Amino acid sequence: MQKQSVFHSPLLPFLLIAPQVGIVLVFFYWPALQAVWQSFLLQDAFGLSTTFVAFENYAELLQQPEYFNAIVRTFAFSALIAGSSLSFALLLAVMADKPLRGVGLYRTLLIWPYAVAPAVAGVLWMFMLHPSLGVLARGLRNMGLDWNPLLNGNHAVILVVLAAAWKQISYNFLFFLAGLQSIPKSVLEAAAIDGAGPMRRFWTVTFPLLTPTIFFLIVVNIVYAFFDTFGIIDAMTGGGPAKSTETLVYKVYLDGLLGGNLGSSAAQSVLLMVIVIGLTAIQFRYVERKVTY
Amino acid sequence: MSNVTLRNVRKTYPGGVEAIKGIDFAVDDGQFCVLVGPSGCGKSTLLRMVAGLETITKGEIDIGGRVVNDIEPADRDIAMVFQNYALYPHMSVYNNMAYGLRNRGMPKPEIDTRVREAARILEIGALLERKPRQLSGGQRQRVAMGRAIVRQPKVFLFDEPLSNLDAKLRIAMRVEIRKLQRRLNTTSIYVTHDQLEAMTLADILVVMNGGMVEQIGNPLEVYRKPASTFVASFIGAPPMNLITLDADEIRAQFSGDARANTEAGILGIRPEDLLISTEAAASGGLSLDLVVDAIERVGAETFVYGARARHGEPAISARPGELPPGEVIVRVPGQNAPAVGERIMVTAPRERLHLFSADGRRRIDL
Repeated sequence: MQKQSVFHSPLLPFLLIAPQVGIVLVFFYWPALQAVWQSFLLQDAFGLSTTFVAFENYAELLQQPEYFNAIVRTFAFSALIAGSSLSFALLLAVMADKPLRGVGLYRTLLIWPYAVAPAVAGVLWMFMLHPSLGVLARGLRNMGLDWNPLLNGNHAVILVVLAAAWKQISYNFLFFLAGLQSIPKSVLEAAAIDGAGPMRRFWTVTFPLLTPTIFFLIVVNIVYAFFDTFGIIDAMTGGGPAKSTETLVYKVYLDGLLGGNLGSSAAQSVLLMVIVIGLTAIQFRYVERKVTY
Repeated sequence: MSNVTLRNVRKTYPGGVEAIKGIDFAVDDGQFCVLVGPSGCGKSTLLRMVAGLETITKGEIDIGGRVVNDIEPADRDIAMVFQNYALYPHMSVYNNMAYGLRNRGMPKPEIDTRVREAARILEIGALLERKPRQLSGGQRQRVAMGRAIVRQPKVFLFDEPLSNLDAKLRIAMRVEIRKLQRRLNTTSIYVTHDQLEAMTLADILVVMNGGMVEQIGNPLEVYRKPASTFVASFIGAPPMNLITLDADEIRAQFSGDARANTEAGILGIRPEDLLISTEAAASGGLSLDLVVDAIERVGAETFVYGARARHGEPAISARPGELPPGEVIVRVPGQNAPAVGERIMVTAPRERLHLFSADGRRRIDL
């Protein structure tokens, strides 16, 4: 059934959607088109002259092994961040779904980290795990682990993934909790009577019924890992050490704003946009089929 | 043997609310027991306690000679049909029915045999590959039943299984459930708030009110001899007429039998036991003067609502939606009925009169 509203003035519906359309035009389409245009241009090092070079920026970019490394790194990052924050959030949500005392309080507390700005989250974790200042780092060292994210690339990756995943857990938790609560209790009771233990009940009933939520969150988390981790990376590692945390977004920033190579940076951002659009399309097309709505 | 016995079963919720206040009854092997009562009387809670979905605060529940208080629902050898069917939305009809058997590690060929047999009995063979959302309410109901019967449990538990169906389907499914239960001869406990369902399905009827049992018995026996005014008005539609009498009135009405000495009480008379008549009742019978204030014709029978006109006073007409204390319902077969506003006399023979204590809690017999 479709709801139809009747507007007496033909202008009114357009006026009503105008603010939204305006925002999308100004903050998305305009910069996106500018990026596309910029990616066809080449500027000299001092920004004095600009030449139209068509696809030269792209061609150059795709010949750089460095760029491919950044792509692989970004995919690895998003898999790690989405995987860890989704699974941990699901675990928390399953725990919080139980009727326990004070459940309202800790549900609220679990949601708080979402209000923390990415850069602040980055600094927070940096302080905890800084090789010379960090409280946790000291503990790790006492356990005999030579923890140093400032020098060791793998450690830096762990650090960034930790902070980024931690920040996203709240968001995922909220959706998982809502998803869990929308599963009728009687269905789980029926499964209990049908002889399914708690684990089997979770994997054969709860989990399949959560797939719409999981699907939605995978999309959101991957987009988050691609773009919103910028603040965290910038505050924690600045892409280092030795480019080990330099993701596509961060490379756009480094090459364009710091490196001054605006043409290449624009080309990268266009490619990044294409990758994310492609990923989202693939997810909706293929993953959605397996989803039980 | 799969009899179910409840011994002084109690349930107190953590907040201190006492939902079940000491219930005893026994259902014999193969019997169909119906728990009936208004909403909030604890009947569903009690059923869930038998299923193992609610803990038992005190007392014992015994299924097939084994106290099940501390036994998991899965190990109680029961199957339950839920009000909202509780089908697994992501599984096909076949898998919905097979799930419980797979969980118990039954070999595949036997699962298949059982599921197909159940589907045949319930006439859902053509739906086995569908998902629950593609089924109508009645079909979902059948799948829920199928899921219960494939397990061949000791006891079936039904929690208002028909209340989500429309009136016609409800009657059809009611008859089917009864036939199925007779055929499988499985002990069943069925919860409903619908007295008609309760009357038609039950071998034993347990009427509940406020967490306690008001009366247990064969449905017709409960109908003929309700143990309290609550049962009298809950079982039977329209409900039994209840008229408060003082000591003098009781002495006059029941002169010559043991009930005549009751201080005060409530007189009960079923609408179908009242007869419109031109002469007063024979000695010992009840005669009432009524002013007709409403008529309901349902075809095969007609319900006449009358206000008692005492000592020639004009009857107070009923406010909308409410039966005043003096209101009496008379069931007249067929469609002939007096006109609204007419004065009529109704009579009932003495053996059809019921007498309850003044608080309505106790039946006073001869």
